[in-house]
Amino acid sequence: MTSPRRKGWTAALSLVVALALTIVPLPAATEPFRPDFAALVLLYWALYWPQRVGLGVAFVVGLVLDTLKGAVLGQHALALCIIMYIAMRFHLRIRVFPLGQQMLTILMLLVVHQFVLFWIDGVVGTGEVSLYRWGTVLTGTLMWPIATRVLRRLRLAS
Amino acid sequence: MVLDHQRGALDAIRSVLTVVVYPIRLAVDLPFRVADWTIESLTTRVALLDENRTLKREQLENRVRLQRLAAVEAENARLRTLLDSSAQLPDRVRIVGILAVDLDPNRQQIVIDKGTRDGVYDGQALVDAFGVVGQTVNTGPLDAEAILITDSDHALPVQVLRNGTRTIAFGTGLPKELSLPFLPNNADILEGDLLVTSGLGGRFPAGYPVGYPVATITKIERSQEQPYANVRAEPAAALERVREVLLIWPDTESLSAEDGDEP
Repeated sequence: MTSPRRKGWTAALSLVVALALTIVPLPAATEPFRPDFAALVLLYWALYWPQRVGLGVAFVVGLVLDTLKGAVLGQHALALCIIMYIAMRFHLRIRVFPLGQQMLTILMLLVVHQFVLFWIDGVVGTGEVSLYRWGTVLTGTLMWPIATRVLRRLRLAS
Repeated sequence: MVLDHQRGALDAIRSVLTVVVYPIRLAVDLPFRVADWTIESLTTRVALLDENRTLKREQLENRVRLQRLAAVEAENARLRTLLDSSAQLPDRVRIVGILAVDLDPNRQQIVIDKGTRDGVYDGQALVDAFGVVGQTVNTGPLDAEAILITDSDHALPVQVLRNGTRTIAFGTGLPKELSLPFLPNNADILEGDLLVTSGLGGRFPAGYPVGYPVATITKIERSQEQPYANVRAEPAAALERVREVLLIWPDTESLSAEDGDEP
């Protein structure tokens, strides 16, 4: 039922869609609360298909994300690689967590991700310090159940 | 990251990557383009006639204004020859579209749909019908990113139109606010003063006969404890609503050396 090649295409397509969603224009008021789609999709594949979607993929996606957002090259790549490493290290455990506990883990990973971005922004001297930065972490965690449901259906269908 | 930030050593890689991400940007922009087109083609005849009429009236008014401007221009050229200073040539401009994509929410940036293939270069000035919009950074072959004058990284040399006081306008990161931190408490500045580009940085042309409008002063706070007044201004350009901007290729002779503005 599942062939690795079709699964590979599904993973690639889901990542491209996630990248597109990160630059779709939103009203300015809701913009800080846009979930980090690319990180969520990457984390999903790291938990359920870590043999193929790993640090290399995360690095490439990170570089593309840097270019898309006009950030310093490597900023998102580094942040994504760090959380991907943690997720892959514990993927067998996180997979069997009940949903609430899984969401807590994702929340923690997204906090680490956002902190790395924040830290690099601070070193480079761009962006501003505001609590809104952490809005994306909250919405990302709340998106997790929906994202896993959609991605599971895609994964099992391919 | 250090390489990219400090020396721009990775510019080649970045420009390859911008070509890679260009399809994604176009794909995101496409629905908005289709929507625009649909709205345009569904407009009724009455509305079109109405728009046509207002446009004609506006054009007539603008023509009259242009006639006066031509006279002023001639006079200015004559005075400049008297003063023996080089006459300013008009700038070359081109209309470019803005792709409907969001970049980092913590920064004020836009993406325009022309790149180095059309002669765009880093640090080029962007204006709209009302005033200065920003300047390009990270120019790729097919598209270019630009930071707006309200980005917290942007600084712009300006001049008060009323009396010629020169200062620098910084972006604040807020979409409708600029800050002018270097005006002393006793500076001659009033609320409602118009700020124009002074052309000193070399990036933004000074314009003809005065600079491009940048902003109007909205708030001045003078306090005895601080050496400088707290001055805020509102950008003249419709920064949040623009779909099209003008790229300027300035007449290079009238510009000073290429130092100045921080990108």
